[in-house]
Amino acid sequence: MKPAPFDYAAPAELTDAVTALAERPETARVLAGGQSLVLDMHYRRERPALLVDINNVRGLDVITVDGHTLRIGALARHRAFETPTVAPAALGRLLSRVSPYIAHPPVRARGTMAGSLAWANPVSEWCATAVALDAGIELTGPLGRRRVPAGDFFVGPFRTARQPAEILTSVLLPLLPGQVGVGFCEQRRTHASFAQVAAVAVLTLRDGVIAEARLGLAGAADRPVRAHDAERHLVGREAEPEVFAQAGELAAAGSDPLAEPHAGVEYRRHVVGVLVRRALAQAREDSNGNYGDEGRDRHEGREAR
Amino acid sequence: MTGRTPVRLTVNETDYDVTVEPRRLLADVLREDCNLTGTKLGCEHGVCGSCTVLVDGEGVRSCLMFAVQCAGRDIRTVEGLAAHGRLHAFQQAISTEHGLQCGFCTAGFVMLVVGALEDDPSIAEDPERLDGLLSSNLCRCTGYEGIRRAVLRAYGRNGTHEKDGAEGH
Ligand SMILES: Cc1cc2nc3c(=O)[nH]c(=O)nc-3n(C[C@H](O)[C@H](O)[C@H](O)COP(=O)(O)OP(=O)(O)OC[C@H]3O[C@@H](n4cnc5c(N)ncnc54)[C@H](O)[C@@H]3O)c2cc1C
Ligand code: FES
Ligand code: FES
Repeated sequence: MKPAPFDYAAPAELTDAVTALAERPETARVLAGGQSLVLDMHYRRERPALLVDINNVRGLDVITVDGHTLRIGALARHRAFETPTVAPAALGRLLSRVSPYIAHPPVRARGTMAGSLAWANPVSEWCATAVALDAGIELTGPLGRRRVPAGDFFVGPFRTARQPAEILTSVLLPLLPGQVGVGFCEQRRTHASFAQVAAVAVLTLRDGVIAEARLGLAGAADRPVRAHDAERHLVGREAEPEVFAQAGELAAAGSDPLAEPHAGVEYRRHVVGVLVRRALAQAREDSNGNYGDEGRDRHEGREAR
Repeated sequence: MTGRTPVRLTVNETDYDVTVEPRRLLADVLREDCNLTGTKLGCEHGVCGSCTVLVDGEGVRSCLMFAVQCAGRDIRTVEGLAAHGRLHAFQQAISTEHGLQCGFCTAGFVMLVVGALEDDPSIAEDPERLDGLLSSNLCRCTGYEGIRRAVLRAYGRNGTHEKDGAEGH
């Protein structure tokens, strides 16, 4: 099918976009990369009366370091995160490890990180990353600006705490200084498929002992979640394979995946355990500076910054 | 804007003044209003890539963009590649390497490859990135091998693209 008719506005100023959206928030939609919304409009799952296209809004595409935070504008495309120099140190490595798993180059050229969070697919890589890192989600509406922690932002499949009249204007990610290692693993049916399950791991190590652990999971529940039990188990223990396997078991036991035709609940739960274990092992390697071939190039790229 | 809207599209450096509803896809407007039917529509879901065109130099799915979004942008389609009666080096290479059979996917692959390799020719030297790029689009006939060889023929070391020189041809 083709999209149903709609009115179209493409303002150049954020205030005009907010005003346009606020006029009829229930029936208007924000158009960012369009890589999910236009598809939903083809299927007529979405029939907005008005599209507020934010692609012409000035200044929304910037990615800047702001104190201890990486501030990512709503128009930063997936593609911008393909190179580790997008952010300092471990955060840049993590984002550039995740980004290639999202669709393929032409979709990454248009789709945005903010759009992924607003869409809130429970298997989205960026949503799992945002939850793992405790991202701040900045929303701008007619009443002004507010910030919602990622942990409170996702409230169900394709459902968020964003009010219909709000535009997601920035994603705020904490920089990851110090001896931090990052890992990302994903199970998917084909190269261009959405994830069945994905795991983000961030470990802070002191003398081989885990001082802080963050685990973000996609496909492990009806929304992106952290594996809190597994994280608690890791802290204070040695970064060793048995410990990672135990954390994987805890994450699997704590997950409550939705069934889909190609991945039943038990299968997904099993995969959660495997991917958590592998992502943790990757994070340990990463923190050692033991990057492997691909990682070494990236490391040099980072140093060259 | 509501209802039919005048839009000037610049496709292959030619201006097309069209009047379209905002809901019309770039792909449909190229085909039906600009009469540029080289761009094909397969899935209309962003999956197959047969509709790939370049917008401001980047390969994008023209089934997931509206024509009204493209006013003032530089659009390139497969019709714009041949010059002075000669195929673009990659078009020639795809023919030489048997990179097509039915041809339905070909315009999409050509625009995908030309867009990406013009931006970064080193992709040809990196099998992993080349696979990543070619997996963007679907081909039901060739098994991709001929298309991959065509990329190497045109953009690899001593590729025909270099030899042809001028204007990226
Ligand atoms: C073939 C294909 C494969 C894909 N594979 C993957 C994959 O593996 N993993 C993955 O995560 N995604 C995948 N995607 C989806 C892609 O990542 C989208 O880019 C993303 O889900 C949405 O971002 P967008 O900028 O395109 O948003 P849009 O499609 O423009 O919008 C999506 C939704 O979010 C809302 N929205 C967007 N931006 C804002 C904002 N700033 N403020 C308020 N609301 C907003 C829109 O109103 C809409 O409801 C795939 C898409 C395709 C076509
Ligand atoms: S028709 Fe656009 S991707 Fe298939
Ligand atoms: S040549 Fe037939 S689909 Fe590619």
